[in-house]
Amino acid sequence: MSALVLRQGLLVGPSTTQVGDLLVVDGVIAEVASHVDVPRGAMEVDAEGCWVGPGLVDIHTHLREPGREEAETIESGARAGAVGGFTALVAMPNTEPALDNVALVAYVLERGARTVLDVAVAGAITQGRRGEHLAPMAEMAALGVRLFTDDGIGVQNPSMMRRALEYAMPLGVTLAQHCEDEQLAGGGSMNESLLSGRLGLTGRPALAEEIMVMRDLELVRLTGARMHFLHLSTARSIALVDAARREGLPVSFEVAPHHFTLDEDSCETFDPMFKVHPPLRPRSDVDALRAAMRAGLVDAVATDHAPHAPELKDLPFDEAPAGMLGLEHVAALTFEALGADQCDPHRFFELLSRGPARVAQLRHADGNGALNGHGGSLGVGERANLVVFDPRAQWTVDRATLQSRSANTPYHGRELTGRVRSTVARGRLIVDQGTLL
Amino acid sequence: MIDSIRGRSLLTLNDLSRDAMVEVLDTAESFVEVNRRAIKKVPALKGRVVASLFFEESTRTRLSFETAAKRLSADVLSLAVASSSMKKGESLRDTIATIDALGIDAVVMRHQSSGAALQVKRFVPHVRVINAGDGQHQHPTQGLLDAFTIRQVLAERQGCTGAETGSSLFEGLHVLIVGDIRHSRVARSDIAAYVALGAEVRVAGPGTLMPIDIADWPVNVVEDFDEAIEWADVVGLLRLQKERGTGSFVPSLAEYTFTHGLTWPRAQRLREGALIMHPGPMNRGVEIDSRVADLPAAVINRQVENGVPIRMAVLYLSVAGSGKGADQ
Repeated sequence: MSALVLRQGLLVGPSTTQVGDLLVVDGVIAEVASHVDVPRGAMEVDAEGCWVGPGLVDIHTHLREPGREEAETIESGARAGAVGGFTALVAMPNTEPALDNVALVAYVLERGARTVLDVAVAGAITQGRRGEHLAPMAEMAALGVRLFTDDGIGVQNPSMMRRALEYAMPLGVTLAQHCEDEQLAGGGSMNESLLSGRLGLTGRPALAEEIMVMRDLELVRLTGARMHFLHLSTARSIALVDAARREGLPVSFEVAPHHFTLDEDSCETFDPMFKVHPPLRPRSDVDALRAAMRAGLVDAVATDHAPHAPELKDLPFDEAPAGMLGLEHVAALTFEALGADQCDPHRFFELLSRGPARVAQLRHADGNGALNGHGGSLGVGERANLVVFDPRAQWTVDRATLQSRSANTPYHGRELTGRVRSTVARGRLIVDQGTLL
Repeated sequence: MIDSIRGRSLLTLNDLSRDAMVEVLDTAESFVEVNRRAIKKVPALKGRVVASLFFEESTRTRLSFETAAKRLSADVLSLAVASSSMKKGESLRDTIATIDALGIDAVVMRHQSSGAALQVKRFVPHVRVINAGDGQHQHPTQGLLDAFTIRQVLAERQGCTGAETGSSLFEGLHVLIVGDIRHSRVARSDIAAYVALGAEVRVAGPGTLMPIDIADWPVNVVEDFDEAIEWADVVGLLRLQKERGTGSFVPSLAEYTFTHGLTWPRAQRLREGALIMHPGPMNRGVEIDSRVADLPAAVINRQVENGVPIRMAVLYLSVAGSGKGADQ
């Protein structure tokens, strides 16, 4: 028998909170009470003053393996996730080659199973992510794949997307779209705005995102299939999806930490660290995203963790690849966006754990084989995927000490409040005092 | 605002004050004389090393900069890297580090990517970086030499030297810039220079070639190009890249000539004494009628000629100069 007790944390259930102890025995939550008698030989974690909640779930992680192992591997990405408080990651399929068949999906799942946390896979919607021919979604779904996306690029052809939705619907899976019309985005490298004009950088207009959101909402209306919108970055996009959801369409959406913490002004330095797709938007959009998060309109915060080898971020802005790291600081950034000391812990765990677990079907109730038991309610009998978050900890992001193989964080030197103290994944303490065990 | 480029890099004209620009123009004027001597050389940068790094092909700007550096007695390291750094397989950072390791005081850089000069400045903060054109962003020495040319010609007409006039000849001067404003680093630098010096600037061009942030620029957009020609003291034409005239931005080159070319009939409407400028290379028959380009009003060769003294002035002030706010 192995036992672990989290002592005197604020236990954040879906609707209630209480200060108390949480006992894990053999990987399962065994007891939750204001005080638990510790079995002999149990490991103790001091959680006083901290929040204890379900382990964080990232439904948008670029683990780069296979193909770009110099930037990240499944193993290094899992370590980065662990210190970030994650117990489950969904690996994005834009690897080289793309995760568009069972052999590759099985490879990633098998590699993921050897890491400290759960790694699920998002499969490609189309073969090679080229947007031309459907990938074998049914075969991949049989391996437990529940999310499909061509992320990095959206499915540009509306007829192809319609067919993909029609095909996916009876499989019980969700299609996730990177919404940007590439014709309209026109090879741009930052948000189209007054600033892009001054800097002489070709812009990616907000409309490139919004027009694809509009298109896909209509395709959802037509087909009735479920759809998740990846990293929405503008006030308008959010309003569109929110309105559709109120109408009853089966849609959900996520926001990425860089979009609710950084604005386009960062691009003024021409530092490719700030290049990302969709691009950083004006402050008004940043504020709208934060307001939506606080109001409970957002289904999930998802990192879009996108490691890149250093030489690629030393290229000129327009030549450099898009994307930035996210796993290791998203908890603090979300805490900050939710108002820091005003932050509602329920909202925090809804955005970082329960919401994303629902979208990716990784909860116990989703019955998804080995990859379940995330985003739980701290109930007895649940798999112990837990995080201890210290809302008072002050720390400074240092790109030299990241677990990720890459260092392309735009937050280097930024002082943050709130830090993951401990992570318990699959019943095992994998991070304590902020350090990987 | 930067009040002098002494001891500093020159990356953009957007943050240069009027004084800083006038200082460059006045310094350039003293170098014009050097270029007329039999022995065209001064020892101002003797022992200094200037690297010329052109990632994008350019004959005239490169020759102009290298001539300027040599006339100041600098040693010139010339590297032609007319391919993208990606294709070359080496990052911009490594390329610049390699050159820096040779021991240089300044790097003159042309690159197809906006912001590349600024990035290089970050990689080698101890080196003076002179932006010789970065993507669609800035071409500071072009802006300065265009301003210099205007001042020179107008001062000659008044029988005085440009330096005696300071910036006074730009007060209320009507400048019309025509063409592909959106993709033009020349337009951005020209406008920054003219406006800082006191001119009134208007722009004209097809809707697809206007920058999307034009409302934020310190210029007015002309509705009627033909009327604006009668208003202008200076008409600055921009090169229309041929690929923009294939239906992507403009239906055809002929249609561009029809709407915005400085044709012979349009040239007849110019004010007496108006100047016609073009940064080159010209597409005769597209943005400018061939006969118009050869009118005395066209000071296009003057612009080319003035490239050398302006670049001498920029190199001299930047590399030999020291002052408040100088680069470390």
